Amino acid sequence: MGVLASTMLLVSKDVRVELRAKELIYATIFFGAVVLLVFAFSFLGGERPPVDAVAGILWVTITLSGTVGVSRAFEREREGDTLRALLLSPAPRTAIYLSKLVSVTLLMVLVETTATLLLSLLFQVTLPHVGMLVGLLGLGTIGFASVSALFGASLGRARSRDVLLPLLTYPVVMPILIAGTRGTVGLWHGDAEGLVAAAYWLRFLLVFDAIFVSLGLWIFEPMMRSDG
Amino acid sequence: MPSATFVDVEVEKVGRVYGRRRALHDVSFRLGAGEAAALLGPNGAGKSTLLSILSTQSEPSSGTVRFGGRPTSPEARAGIGVVAHESLCYGDLTGRENLRFFARLYGVASPNQRADEMLGRLGLDADAADRACRTYSRGMMQRLSVARALIHRPHLVLLDEPFTGLDRDGVAALGRLLVEERERGAILLIVTHDLPAVSEVCQRALVLHRGRLVYNAPLAGRALSDVYQEALPAAG
Repeated sequence: MGVLASTMLLVSKDVRVELRAKELIYATIFFGAVVLLVFAFSFLGGERPPVDAVAGILWVTITLSGTVGVSRAFEREREGDTLRALLLSPAPRTAIYLSKLVSVTLLMVLVETTATLLLSLLFQVTLPHVGMLVGLLGLGTIGFASVSALFGASLGRARSRDVLLPLLTYPVVMPILIAGTRGTVGLWHGDAEGLVAAAYWLRFLLVFDAIFVSLGLWIFEPMMRSDG
Repeated sequence: MPSATFVDVEVEKVGRVYGRRRALHDVSFRLGAGEAAALLGPNGAGKSTLLSILSTQSEPSSGTVRFGGRPTSPEARAGIGVVAHESLCYGDLTGRENLRFFARLYGVASPNQRADEMLGRLGLDADAADRACRTYSRGMMQRLSVARALIHRPHLVLLDEPFTGLDRDGVAALGRLLVEERERGAILLIVTHDLPAVSEVCQRALVLHRGRLVYNAPLAGRALSDVYQEALPAAG
């Protein structure tokens, strides 16, 4: 079975498992909602926070929720040692990595949709230039997924993996956080200068994704070679 | 991808080191098609390490493993089935869904039909087959694990304590199934402390002691327990 067919089979399996359990969907969406509410309450009674802060809140929420989702997704794989089952199979290693990247991306799309709508409600933010916002969120998500899927799979049975995953992931995805926030700020300012800035950060994210998806495809197999 | 066929598996001077600890020392043996061997040894002898290397999960620190004269590859993995301590199945999927998924993953023709066939052979009835396997008993999960390992008609079957959790009827049924697999031409390597359970299945005994292969010979009608007891004192 080729890479594409294997990837689609593995993704459809992940989707079926999640639709059955609904654990990740509920956990990440509710966690994201709680984070947004905490931020909203912290500004209660004061002036409405500036657009820059609200954009930062959105991307922090997405990052934190995404980490919860990725961590839980790989914990579930460890429960039945099913990742090992995939590694023992003839499925191409690149397909296993791509399937995790796609599965994490799909999960985060749900989180982002909910978070963005909730954010606009809580902080009374209009959402202009939806197309570019979707582009920023989509590319940011792919970049985040490419890194977190790699670290999530490689941590295996490491102790303190719940702590290690964000410790390893966040420094690497910091450029995504910066690019996503600055791009969103540019969009929400709405002037010509802001849109130019948003387009710049969109291209930045595109390059970041190209680099890190390629890197993930290249080093996933060596990282998965077991020492035990 | 169809199940690969290889006529033998050859282990040559395989060693495995973890830090300062040497888990395997120059282990060499060959198993041919239709041969079933019991891999015996006390706890910590290196049995699981050897299975891990043969399953391609880990690489030897030294030596080589060849499947039909060829090194480890995706094609070789397509011909290997593994029954491990864990089920390697998805708890939120039904038994039938698990088997269909793994059948497709291994490129089995008519995966649905093959999954149904294996459910029948392992005694997982329609009710159990369509329940999430998270609800299975230990014995049922073990049977599903065996079905998953055999779904693609592997040429090499590695079994680590396959009789765990099975009742007496289950042990007998699995024994018969393994004999059928051996007669199909599969190579079986079984790690077990349940020596009577494999006595009808295995024709050869391999005994590991402190990472070294101290016994490798056909049983020739001898009891596994006798072979094991003789091999260990001789090893010192």
